[in-house]
Amino acid sequence: MSGRAVSMSESSVSAASRPRASAGQERTDADERRPLFLRGFLAADKTTRAVLADLVTELTRAGLTPDDLSNAELVLAEVLNNIAEHAYGKATGPVELRVDLLRAGLGCTISDQGHPLPAGVVPDPDLPLIAPPDHLPEGGFGWHIIRCLTTDLRYARDGDWNRLSLRIPWAD
Amino acid sequence: MDIATSRIGQALVVTVMDSRIDAAVAIEFKEAVRTEAEAPGNPVILDLSNVTFLDSSGLGAVVAVMKLLGSERRLELSGLTPPVAKVFRLTRMDSVFTIHPELPGALRATG
Repeated sequence: MSGRAVSMSESSVSAASRPRASAGQERTDADERRPLFLRGFLAADKTTRAVLADLVTELTRAGLTPDDLSNAELVLAEVLNNIAEHAYGKATGPVELRVDLLRAGLGCTISDQGHPLPAGVVPDPDLPLIAPPDHLPEGGFGWHIIRCLTTDLRYARDGDWNRLSLRIPWAD
Repeated sequence: MDIATSRIGQALVVTVMDSRIDAAVAIEFKEAVRTEAEAPGNPVILDLSNVTFLDSSGLGAVVAVMKLLGSERRLELSGLTPPVAKVFRLTRMDSVFTIHPELPGALRATG
């Protein structure tokens, strides 16, 4: 992605207020709104937990159903766990989470400065083989869960940043 | 990780008192259940009725517990709340475990 090529007239209007996550990406209806939740933090298991607790409080206040709440919490837990465990590994670094309330669900953008996703694409693994007693997987479920509960999953490497965006449609 | 154990008939019941089994506590959970499961009883019934959030790391820890019990002792599950049941369903791990709606003792205690 190229750097910002913002004209003078445009910059005075929006460069400061526009979240970084929208720079260089296609604009969606969400970009113009105040986000429902916007938080920057350092990747870590315990921090993920605290951020999710705050997010659930905010989503509850917004009137989401228990099903929609639990879907959002699960998807974002998996995404944030992946960032802490794989993108950053033993190190840590900044994460930015933005959640917007859309007509058809929640729009989420998650940014980090860790390692890029392998091959630069969102993983789409099959479920690991489950054939007890010899094959009982303890991992490899995360992306499967994310894909089950989201649509419009997109990934881009934007300079030093990984940008993952997704939608969590309302449960039936 | 707060865990309580009890006996129902031949079964050892391991009740998770915490509300979350996530990446932050998955290893701690596994070790805590391993310690508690040194008590006798078969099957081991993991009572998850207090758990309202489980992620894939937590699921992996439950599977790890099943493995460390070995082939002689079965791990069964009880009291899955809707968000926890969803994770088992989406990953098809609900096919691996015997899952009780509630602890057998809840029905049999008086009879």
